[in-house]
Amino acid sequence: MSLLVFYIISAIALAAATGVVVSRNVVHSAIFLLITLGSIAAFFVVLHSEFLALVQILIYGGAVVIVILFALMLTRQGEFQETAEHARWPGAAFVSSALFILLVSVFVADAPKFGSASEINGVRIEVLAKTLFEDWAVPFEVASIVLLVALIGAILIARNERESDQS
Amino acid sequence: MTLLHFEIVGAALFCLGLYGVLSRRSGVIILMSIEVMLNAVNLNLVAFAAFRPYGQSNLMQTSNTAGETVLAFVQAPDGLIITIFVITIAAAEIALAMAIILRLFRSRGSVHVDEISEMRG
Repeated sequence: MSLLVFYIISAIALAAATGVVVSRNVVHSAIFLLITLGSIAAFFVVLHSEFLALVQILIYGGAVVIVILFALMLTRQGEFQETAEHARWPGAAFVSSALFILLVSVFVADAPKFGSASEINGVRIEVLAKTLFEDWAVPFEVASIVLLVALIGAILIARNERESDQS
Repeated sequence: MTLLHFEIVGAALFCLGLYGVLSRRSGVIILMSIEVMLNAVNLNLVAFAAFRPYGQSNLMQTSNTAGETVLAFVQAPDGLIITIFVITIAAAEIALAMAIILRLFRSRGSVHVDEISEMRG
């Protein structure tokens, strides 16, 4: 039963990810990206990480896709059509499929090392919070500084220079 | 459903994202492909964390349902915490990258990365 759910979610995720990279219309790509991120959240639920599934939907579905859609609207060219897009696809397809074969062979070779554990142990949210704010407190604070710097930097870069000269 | 299933799906997502980064010209789509790659990595991290067996290092002080502090085996949450950091950095990255793309579009009316070659040596 859970295996069936897994296969359905992976089919959706892989189909949507394919849509992201081959779609000719950029807005369709963004919608496919949203579906991919949602199916990753479904994977997190299957893996008993409900908190991360919620974070995934809130930050990726809520923030990242919206930012991408805003950027698409602000950098609009014609009807979002792109011509001569896939000029370099043979090399890209070769590199990525070679990497895929390499990764899968490594994973299959390493599979006995990890055992055939099929039991999924969920992390309790309380344990997650305790570890994050005690053992990982310094990286947590550094991450907040990184976010602040990125915020200020994004504002400075995206600011319209002509308007700021007048003021 | 074993760890290998999740590893293979993660690898496939990562390689699809890599294909997008290498083959597309639009900067926005390259960023979306990078997001797909980051999510593949996150999926692998969470799967490894979920399938990790209990060990001696997983003994941790925690409270039971009655609110008493007890010493119990818990699943080590390190994989999930790294995932949280990856999501944080991805959010910062997408904001900065979109600002740069917006700026490029204003100055030359295109978001195609192969038309931007001033810094080529």
